[in-house]
Amino acid sequence: MLLIPCPWCGPRAEIEYRYGGQAHVAYPPEPAALTDAEWAAYLFLRDNPKGPFAERWCHAAGCRRWFNVLRDTATHEIHFSYRAGERP
Amino acid sequence: MGEPPQAVRRSPLGHLAAELRAASVPGTVTVREVPFVRQVNVRGPGGKPFPAEPNTVATTGDAAGDAAGDAEGDTVLVWLGPDEWLVVGPGEVPGMPGAEHESVADVSAHRTVVELAGPAAREVLLKGCPIDLHPGVFPPGRCAQTLLGRAQVIIVCVDERPAYRLFVRASLAGYLAGWLIDAMREYQCHTY
Amino acid sequence: MTRLATGGRIDRSAPLTFTFDGAPYTGYQGDTLASALLAAGVRTVATSIRYGRPRGIFAAGVEEPNALVEVDGEPMATATTVELRDGLTARSLTGRGRLTAPDDQADQAGHDRMHAHCDVLVVGAGPAGLTAALEAGRTGARVIVVDERTEAGGTLLETRDLVGDAPALAWVAAATGLLAELPEVRVLTRTTALGRYDDGYVVAAERRGSRGRLWRIRAAEVVLATGAHERPLVFAGNDLPGVMLAGAARAYANRYAVLPGRRAVVFTTDDSAYAAAAELAEAGLEIAAVVDPRPGGGPDTAFEVLAGHVVAGATGTAEVTGVRVAGREIACDLVLVCGGWNPVAHLYGQAGGRLRYDDDLACFVPEGTAGRCRVVGAAAGEFSLAGCLGEEPRPGPPAAPVWLVPGDEPGYDTHFVDLQRDVTVADIEAALATGMTSVEHVKRYTTAGTAHDQGKTSAVTAVGVISALRGVPMGDLGTTTFRPPYTPVSFALLAGRDRGVLHDPVLTTAMHPWHVARGAVFEDVGQWKRPHHYPGPGEDMAAAVLRECRAAREGVAAMDVSTLGKIDVQGPDAGEFLNRVYTNAFAKLPVGSCRYGVMCRADGMVFDDGVTMRLAPDRFLMSTTTGNAAAVLDWLEEWLQTEWPDLRVRCTSVTDQWAGVAVVGPRSRDVVAALAPGLVLDNAGFPFMTWRETDVPGAGGAARVARISFSGELAYEVYVPWWYGLALWEAVLAAGEPYGITPYGTETMHVLRAEKGYPIIGQDTDGTVTPVDLGLGWAVSKTKDFIGRRSLSRSDTSRPDRRQLVGLLPIDGEESLPEGAQLVEDPDVPVPVPMIGHVTSSYRSAALGATFALALVKGGRDRIGTTVFAPLGDRVVAARVADPVLYDKEGAHRDG
Repeated sequence: MLLIPCPWCGPRAEIEYRYGGQAHVAYPPEPAALTDAEWAAYLFLRDNPKGPFAERWCHAAGCRRWFNVLRDTATHEIHFSYRAGERP
Repeated sequence: MGEPPQAVRRSPLGHLAAELRAASVPGTVTVREVPFVRQVNVRGPGGKPFPAEPNTVATTGDAAGDAAGDAEGDTVLVWLGPDEWLVVGPGEVPGMPGAEHESVADVSAHRTVVELAGPAAREVLLKGCPIDLHPGVFPPGRCAQTLLGRAQVIIVCVDERPAYRLFVRASLAGYLAGWLIDAMREYQCHTY
Repeated sequence: MTRLATGGRIDRSAPLTFTFDGAPYTGYQGDTLASALLAAGVRTVATSIRYGRPRGIFAAGVEEPNALVEVDGEPMATATTVELRDGLTARSLTGRGRLTAPDDQADQAGHDRMHAHCDVLVVGAGPAGLTAALEAGRTGARVIVVDERTEAGGTLLETRDLVGDAPALAWVAAATGLLAELPEVRVLTRTTALGRYDDGYVVAAERRGSRGRLWRIRAAEVVLATGAHERPLVFAGNDLPGVMLAGAARAYANRYAVLPGRRAVVFTTDDSAYAAAAELAEAGLEIAAVVDPRPGGGPDTAFEVLAGHVVAGATGTAEVTGVRVAGREIACDLVLVCGGWNPVAHLYGQAGGRLRYDDDLACFVPEGTAGRCRVVGAAAGEFSLAGCLGEEPRPGPPAAPVWLVPGDEPGYDTHFVDLQRDVTVADIEAALATGMTSVEHVKRYTTAGTAHDQGKTSAVTAVGVISALRGVPMGDLGTTTFRPPYTPVSFALLAGRDRGVLHDPVLTTAMHPWHVARGAVFEDVGQWKRPHHYPGPGEDMAAAVLRECRAAREGVAAMDVSTLGKIDVQGPDAGEFLNRVYTNAFAKLPVGSCRYGVMCRADGMVFDDGVTMRLAPDRFLMSTTTGNAAAVLDWLEEWLQTEWPDLRVRCTSVTDQWAGVAVVGPRSRDVVAALAPGLVLDNAGFPFMTWRETDVPGAGGAARVARISFSGELAYEVYVPWWYGLALWEAVLAAGEPYGITPYGTETMHVLRAEKGYPIIGQDTDGTVTPVDLGLGWAVSKTKDFIGRRSLSRSDTSRPDRRQLVGLLPIDGEESLPEGAQLVEDPDVPVPVPMIGHVTSSYRSAALGATFALALVKGGRDRIGTTVFAPLGDRVVAARVADPVLYDKEGAHRDG
């Protein structure tokens, strides 16, 4: 079970969190201006790298903050976490 | 009709008071509901007296330092998130210096409070709580939102007996009480 | 065979009786089942799984492959690790495993769980583990030591080794004494580390009598001092009872004061067996010879050493009676084997650690640290006691392993590699002959190493045999993968106390005791217990639901609606926020009013719905479906925190703050008038979709009443704080008594709403349904943006043949369409069957006097008036497609 560092509460067990997929996929400012293909890419396409991956987690059973984690998908090693709105 | 409100109000664990008493082992670990505790959920930018440090509580009022908030006029401010606190106790909800609260919600009936106290209290919690409750890490004045068994709870360490206050949703209180009673069973019999 | 008169760590003053396969025996406190059986002369403890061959006790610890037993209901234990207790009942497990325990014999032992945190977790309390624990403990670190044995000491319990000039156990006693004085050090004996997981997480099983405790330990550093397992030798007849690991025999003599035979031949490629032989001889065992394939033999010894020779075969049928060596037969009842030692690297392997084959040690050794795991002592290939104690290591001579001992007859049919799985060298030859070369493939083909023992004595041996047969170096072959659990663990222990009523949290409302007392039949909605219906005397469900429905349509009925999720949305931008998350507009909703809203995910599919009240210009009270409250709150927080942090809005869950009762039916106004005497109730003063604050004297006073209807009838929802919920329920029933008020459950609620064509999110939707598909296009704004709006104009979501919600009226009004039934156009149901939709809800309607259903049907709104068919296996049911609003389409009942 992962030990995930919440930027607010510190390291907590994985069961306290909810996974939120790839980080830094912003909601398009003008969805209506996008083609169907561009909108579908926003909705459905995400990276799936082997190695470091910036992803979102929510401390669902704790402070309920969404934040970002840089995790290695091959080793599960968590390099660091940072708050929503911040860049690594 | 027209009865005084106190006559018809019921706390979530009122019907289990005898079971909680029976599960308690004085000198080892005791459990009881602290019913009808006033609680207000406050969100906003914070500022004194709201604690800024995550997972800590602050106390206002006469009995400053008592993290239980039982004393008259005593108010305990429990950190829930970087912009969220639970104001516990009968006192006034403090203001936020230089800013307004963005949200104030009375949640007194949303959760009830269970007090678990005694030398074995920590061990009982560790049967179902994944966070580190070592007295050096989680001393009086610390709080956490976490899991106990399968219930989401707010845990506040109140004093060094140790005593903990568990804040649990009213609808979930029956599950939590059952879980605690079961977890405390081993202290009843000395053969275990 | 023989219980020694003195010595050992047993208590001769505490005899214990037990039975094995029905026969009574006696042992002592401190025995294992295996040691007591050996002392009683029991040689054969099992029959092998494939060939039915007799098998004896082979090892003295968790690596035991043969002596698998069922003990007092525990289905799979090794006799070598079962502590003897008085009255113990054990039977050998023969053949393949079976699940036989009926429910009433399920493991009810009351297993427990404990979380722990530490700086250093030491796995293994042998010399290396105790040394590491002392070192860490003296710094003040929080240390946990776990060890599978009943006491600390590791293999020192099983030898007569010395530390300095004193018995090693004196050193163990001193070390454990020092650890006991360190307040932050905790030693858990009888505790087996089962698995290592990410970030220093180790799961361990503690045996506490018949109960167990599962430890979940989070450690900053894990020190693996797990020792080494002795390797067997692969020779003809090596599975006969009486063939035993040399170190195991040594353990039986020293720890349990049992000699497992009378006359032994020692067959070894390693010096350690010489020490074992010496200690056993001193205890009274006759050592007939030491057979050592190494040309120069081992260390000096008093025994006859047949250096440069091997045991070409063991003789005997029921058990070993001798061995063939150098053309002669030596009689014996015990063959003590040692083919070297394997570091116990299971947890290290689970941590992703890489094992390196060491030619000098002839074993796979951990290389460096892995995933917070550091390996010390024999587990790291440090086989000298001095080295384990942190002193200057004293390396032994270079190893000369013999992986496969040629027999004096051709073939490898009785050269066993895995005793539990009955895998022989012949099986491995067959696997290689098919072209398999990888050890992982050979393992799967032969099943070698896949038994309860996880290949502790067989996995590396199998690699050695492959190496010998193929002529490939060991290091090029590598090992198979290590996976938890290290030893078998019962599901009951993993479940702990999360079973029975504690299996999953149950959420109950303030009115729950009343529902129970009234004999309600409950259903689970999410984790909530909700009354499904309230059967009257002699009533079945159908009758109860018809009665409840009729009351709501013709008189008055009441329902506990406390379970609806409630979220307090506050802040100056609250209206704008709701405009963005709901498909319809909320910013201009007047204070004092309510509005039904629909929420979509970004993909345009309906996610939740509910009624939201505007409490103040900057405050709304949102309601969600019962099962979705937490998900909706997470969803709102996600958008506020990650996309719109500029919005000044905050959300707070208040679901359990409020208990609610829906009062429904033409007479509901009369009931609410009695309940809340101060409330103006006429249509003008209290219109539909508004709310009022009022005083409900019977329920603590302050209450909020909303005119909301989920049934099409005149209806009110009354909310008070949870503390007064039961009082409110009783007050409603009292106020309604003159009108025959009837409590109703979720089934009636479903019927009433379905008659009106109101969908239930999660029942009539499945994540592929848009608001337009549901006929909720009226609630989809054309002017503002909202989450999911762009998706509603995608080519897929704007197809005209999407499945749309319609009503279905079976032609035979007695026929009930099962929910989930597929719908087709052609009653002859040609194969392949083109399916055009499915039934999502189905009920019998008191108001319609017939059955009806809701369904999602391709292009359904254009099919209204046509007939579709539901093939139900034995028959095909025809139904007419109808507008989903089947009752009071003009809304005449809404205002009473």
